[in-house]
Amino acid sequence: MLSRVADSIYWMNRYIERAENVARFIHVNINLMLDLPIDQANQWLPLVITTGDRAAFESRYSEATQENVIHFLTFDELNPNSIVSCLTAARENARTVREVISSEAWEQVNRFYLMVKAAARQTTPEHVPDVFYTSVKMASHLYVGISDNTMNHGEGWHFAQLGRLLERADKTARILDVKYFMLLPSVNYVGSPYDAILWSALLKSASAFEMYRKRHHHIDPTRVAEFLILDRHFPRSINYCLGHAEQSLRQITGTPIGSFNNLAERRLGRLRSDLEYAPIEDIIAKGLHEFLDGLESQLNIVGQAIYSTFFAMRSTPLPAI
Amino acid sequence: MSFNDYQTEGFYDELFESPGTPRGCAAPLVNRINSLSYDDLLRRQQSAESSLMNMGITFTVYGQEAGTERIFPFDIIPRVVPAADWQPISAGLAQRITALNLFIDDLYHDQKIINDGVIPADMIHSAVTFRPECVGLNPPRGIWIHITGSDLVRDTDGAFYVLEDNLRCPSGVSYVLENRELLKRTYPDIFQRMHVRPVYDYPHRLLETLSRLAPDHVSKPTVVVLTPGPYNSAYFEHAYLAQQMGVELVENRDLVVIDDYVMMRTTSGFQRVDVIYRRIDDDFIDPLVFRPDSMLGVPGIMQCYRKGNVALANAPGTGIADDKAVYAYVPRIIKYYLDEDPIIHNVPTFICAEKKDRDHVLANLDKLVVKAVDLSGGYGMLIGPHSTQQERDEFAAAIQAEPRKYIAQPTLSLSRAPCIVDGTFEGRHVDLRPFALYGEKVDVVPGGLTRVALRKGSLVVNSSQGGGSKDTWVLADDNPDATLPVTEVAHA
Repeated sequence: MLSRVADSIYWMNRYIERAENVARFIHVNINLMLDLPIDQANQWLPLVITTGDRAAFESRYSEATQENVIHFLTFDELNPNSIVSCLTAARENARTVREVISSEAWEQVNRFYLMVKAAARQTTPEHVPDVFYTSVKMASHLYVGISDNTMNHGEGWHFAQLGRLLERADKTARILDVKYFMLLPSVNYVGSPYDAILWSALLKSASAFEMYRKRHHHIDPTRVAEFLILDRHFPRSINYCLGHAEQSLRQITGTPIGSFNNLAERRLGRLRSDLEYAPIEDIIAKGLHEFLDGLESQLNIVGQAIYSTFFAMRSTPLPAI
Repeated sequence: MSFNDYQTEGFYDELFESPGTPRGCAAPLVNRINSLSYDDLLRRQQSAESSLMNMGITFTVYGQEAGTERIFPFDIIPRVVPAADWQPISAGLAQRITALNLFIDDLYHDQKIINDGVIPADMIHSAVTFRPECVGLNPPRGIWIHITGSDLVRDTDGAFYVLEDNLRCPSGVSYVLENRELLKRTYPDIFQRMHVRPVYDYPHRLLETLSRLAPDHVSKPTVVVLTPGPYNSAYFEHAYLAQQMGVELVENRDLVVIDDYVMMRTTSGFQRVDVIYRRIDDDFIDPLVFRPDSMLGVPGIMQCYRKGNVALANAPGTGIADDKAVYAYVPRIIKYYLDEDPIIHNVPTFICAEKKDRDHVLANLDKLVVKAVDLSGGYGMLIGPHSTQQERDEFAAAIQAEPRKYIAQPTLSLSRAPCIVDGTFEGRHVDLRPFALYGEKVDVVPGGLTRVALRKGSLVVNSSQGGGSKDTWVLADDNPDATLPVTEVAHA
């Protein structure tokens, strides 16, 4: 597979996953605000912190109101992480690889993009209908389903998985980090109905609420963190994402688990096994924020290793090994 | 929706002999459309358009806001070409392409045609499309023009003329294929009954044509399509053809020359490329040989080509034979190499480089179409009858300054075909671009891109200038069997 093509597939899938996650954050927050007492119901800044764009937001918007944050994260074309920007970037990448992905998958990316562009024209930030965020999530699921069922599960598909799963791991880490910060200091809430509401909202934004309930029944902060970080079976937990990302990486290179042939395998393998054997109690004891912060930088390093291993354009052949 | 009020207004109409009387070949189609309600037909049109949008079949318009994308306007009333009309088109194009290929090969070798005084040496050597770098090259099997898309027009008398030979990187074939898919969905019932010849195997035949070019010792050649990139107006087509052939679509940054072989950069290292269907003009393909400022080319690729390590389609240097001034000599070229008379005629052409012709052109600018020989796509063109005095003065000055750069032709009264315009049928001028592949022999695809000048009265069909397209139905026989039932084939 051409390096350029692999690069585009990887980023196309990262961007679609990113758009879906932004839609999740907003959707859950809108619902959460309805349940909170009116004086508490302005928790919009944490969303901007979640996506890592606080500085960009504050340079152009005066206040973190619902309208401003929703506009910034949904339709602001100057924000590279807004839903509309993610879809534009995903589609630009898809355009350059449309002969590699299936026609059905390309059409879905294109429809998805046209749907978001039309919504951007037709709605105002005060009135983005709830159903829009549902549509974004569903369009992303549809895209993933179409890709799974119309493309060979060969190299291209594994690069897609790699992009999607690393992005998802990153977003789950971020949302947990921010919410944890936001939730813990509110000592007054502990044991109150709001406590449960906030932790539930956190689970819902990762579509984890029902699966968590089946597993642990009671909402308990330590178990919530454990579920989102370490669960082996929940498809948005960080451990699951990294485990499957590693499998895709090894499908691409053919290297068996337990050894490595390049930087990407080494870094991702190390990060994944760190996670695999970490008890949640240790993580909490050392500081969840510090742990998640470290994880996010490790994920960036893995991303750089993937770039230098597979995508970087070399002008001369590598020396024979 | 009915054709009752449809007027042909004295033009040759592709579907009607006279108002109210469809041509025999088109009668089943016209009857079927007459039987559809207005709403039904419009719904079909909208559904075709939204399919195009969803499939992202768009092109980029230059000169407007950067990267403006539009769907290529598409009209769901097909153009029908009866078998009797198609036969001479197909034979005529095969003849023409065979002769032009011999002509190119001769120009880059012995130049017998010049030495025999058939075409002036000046005419060739003054053409920017003549590439001295290609002298002495021997492309595989002596074939230079593997893919051709000639432009034909039909005049009031019903005869077809060749308007232009496109021998470099003709585009539009993807629309031929996609338009057909759309129309099959639009009129599933009528389609089968009219014995429309299929076009779907073009990508397969293209791949065969390309694979044949690989060096003999390569048993499973790696074929790629080379595109200038996603901002090129024909990018959709490049991607589409690569996808349909199942080959890589590459940009110049994916390719590198190593030891006189062309390699592509892959996730598992370098892989040799044997055949390149390049959709980049000669000028840009190799900055070491042609334009040094080219950002689209692959440095060193011509050296690989000369050594026979990679094949290029079309071969570099073919532009000389679709130079608009050389065009005037094509009937003589056919006679010279094949000793045959042309089956399809040229449009009479005045060569401004020749004094007698030039004087005639300058005296008749208001009646003629003037074209710059080195521009295409409807750019650099004066349509006399529709021009202003100022435009004519500008062209007169330009012609006198650089006569070699211009030719002129009488304005033809292009044939028309009915289109849906604002909820009614109106005639619009059309041309026809059939596509031909030169493999073992010249093979003309039975169909083509019918381009439509959408503005009322306009003669400019280019997509960059507000043109649209129609599907072109070439019939297998001219007695569409009215008695043939539309069979419901039982699905086993």
